[in-house]
Amino acid sequence: MVDSTSRLPTQPRRLVVVGASLAGLRAVEAARKAGFDGEIVLVGAEPHLPYDRPPLSKAFLDRAVAGEGLAPPPYFRTAETMCELGVELRLGVPASGLDTDRRVVLVGDEEVAYDALVIATGAQPRMLPGVEGLAGVHALRTLDDSIAVREALEAGARTVVVGAGFIGSEVAATARKRGLEATIVEALPTPLVRATGREMGAAIAALHERNGTTLRCGTGVRAIEGDGRVERVVLEDGTTIPADLVVVGIGVVPSVGWLAGSGLTLDNGIVCDENLWTGVPGVYAAGDVANWVNPLLGERQRMENWTAAAEQGAAAARNALDPEHARPYGTVPYFWSDWYDVRIQFVGSPDADEVLLVDGDPDGGSRWVALYRRSDRLIGALTVNGQGEIMKYRGQIMKRGSWADALVFAEKRRELARQKAAAAAG
Amino acid sequence: MKCVVDYGKCTGLGICESLAPDFFEVNDDGDLELLKEDIAPDELQAVEEAVAGCPTEALSIER
Ligand SMILES: Cc1cc2nc3c(=O)[nH]c(=O)nc-3n(C[C@H](O)[C@H](O)[C@H](O)COP(=O)(O)OP(=O)(O)OC[C@H]3O[C@@H](n4cnc5c(N)ncnc54)[C@H](O)[C@@H]3O)c2cc1C
Ligand code: SF4
Repeated sequence: MVDSTSRLPTQPRRLVVVGASLAGLRAVEAARKAGFDGEIVLVGAEPHLPYDRPPLSKAFLDRAVAGEGLAPPPYFRTAETMCELGVELRLGVPASGLDTDRRVVLVGDEEVAYDALVIATGAQPRMLPGVEGLAGVHALRTLDDSIAVREALEAGARTVVVGAGFIGSEVAATARKRGLEATIVEALPTPLVRATGREMGAAIAALHERNGTTLRCGTGVRAIEGDGRVERVVLEDGTTIPADLVVVGIGVVPSVGWLAGSGLTLDNGIVCDENLWTGVPGVYAAGDVANWVNPLLGERQRMENWTAAAEQGAAAARNALDPEHARPYGTVPYFWSDWYDVRIQFVGSPDADEVLLVDGDPDGGSRWVALYRRSDRLIGALTVNGQGEIMKYRGQIMKRGSWADALVFAEKRRELARQKAAAAAG
Repeated sequence: MKCVVDYGKCTGLGICESLAPDFFEVNDDGDLELLKEDIAPDELQAVEEAVAGCPTEALSIER
């Protein structure tokens, strides 16, 4: 590998960030916060100012609140704020190529030159084949997707969600909240295994049935049919489900198509070292597109969560502007999801030797805490309605806490809860 | 220096608690409790990380 500082004799004067979403925004803000006073260009494929995605499958889809109307788009910043930051926005045209020898990004038919480059092009949803041109079938990644889904929900759509992941589950929960029929179809026998492991995947999925959403696992989709507009979903086993809205939530792929032939190493995203450096002078990556080595878990990972995208955006920009003092980025991964009246939170890694329930009861209960063990270490924690517990375990994983200590701590927490309950009972 | 929470924005996600547990704790109801306000110089970095890490931008530092 080339030294990251070679061919960069002077301080970078021009930072280009490609991808104008969470990671890209945090990159430009961190650059300014670090005192960088050179030019900054932020290139984004979407016409919109940077906006927040988690609400798009949650509150943004909700019914109008009396007197307030539907939720406004969750923009992070106004155009004026971006202007005050001294950021040149180039929105609405995707970058289509990168020449790392000449240090230029191709945007439309223009070349945008950089000294330092942060790539934050995120990920895009996988789509089912054969649904192009069929109205009422949507992925859910962008503001435009969410507006279209909300319109269908407003019209009272019978909703079918393909894929029982977090985003699809949130959409189904929203549809139920509006009193609409909702069905989730999942090809695998158990949902959420990759994110939370087998035992907990099944337990969390059971929340759907309890809230009136039909969950059909172990059956793929054979066809989505309709005359110009979706009318039904046909499953592999021949079942037909009538539908006015189909939301496809079968995962995302990192947006790296535009980097073909650029010389960057592409393998499940952009391959980076622990400093988020791509190995090409001046070029760093951040967010859902970055496949980096997480020193805290000692694993190569690509995250698809808010916290990592925000933090990596900032870290990549700081490192890109001052490679000599680059600092590794490590994190204990964290994500949350809100369904019905339940908040699901997960920290760490689900890749464990043992999963142990330490509080509550998934069978019928809507609050529980599970810990994940890898050899003699605490490696992950899942809480369902356990907001008071989850971050204490994140702290322990950060400090590489042992499994034995985690169990002692869990017992202490149970004892504390018993005392509180006893006091409350008088 | 003081740490300020905008409770109208906070949704109790708890990232702040994992980054600066001396200042923030989310209770069982999912509400954030500010354990102390005043920030000593050696605590500033942790609180700044919490401010940057909060997904709802509910935290700020009054200097
Ligand atoms: C509906 C939904 C709900 C979510 N809920 C949660 C949640 O509850 N908790 C959680 O932790 N995470 C959640 N996430 C995940 C979180 O939003 C993502 O991890 C985060 O948005 C990643 O940020 P990013 O900036 O890396 O990428 P993205 O947000 O994907 O942004 C990448 C941007 O780059 C642009 N782009 C792509 N290619 C190009 C190109 N060639 N040139 C220029 N621009 C380009 C794209 O148009 C896009 O605007 C959710 C995501 C979605 C979609
Ligand atoms: S991180 Fe933000 S939203 Fe979460 S508890 Fe702290 S202040 Fe509230």
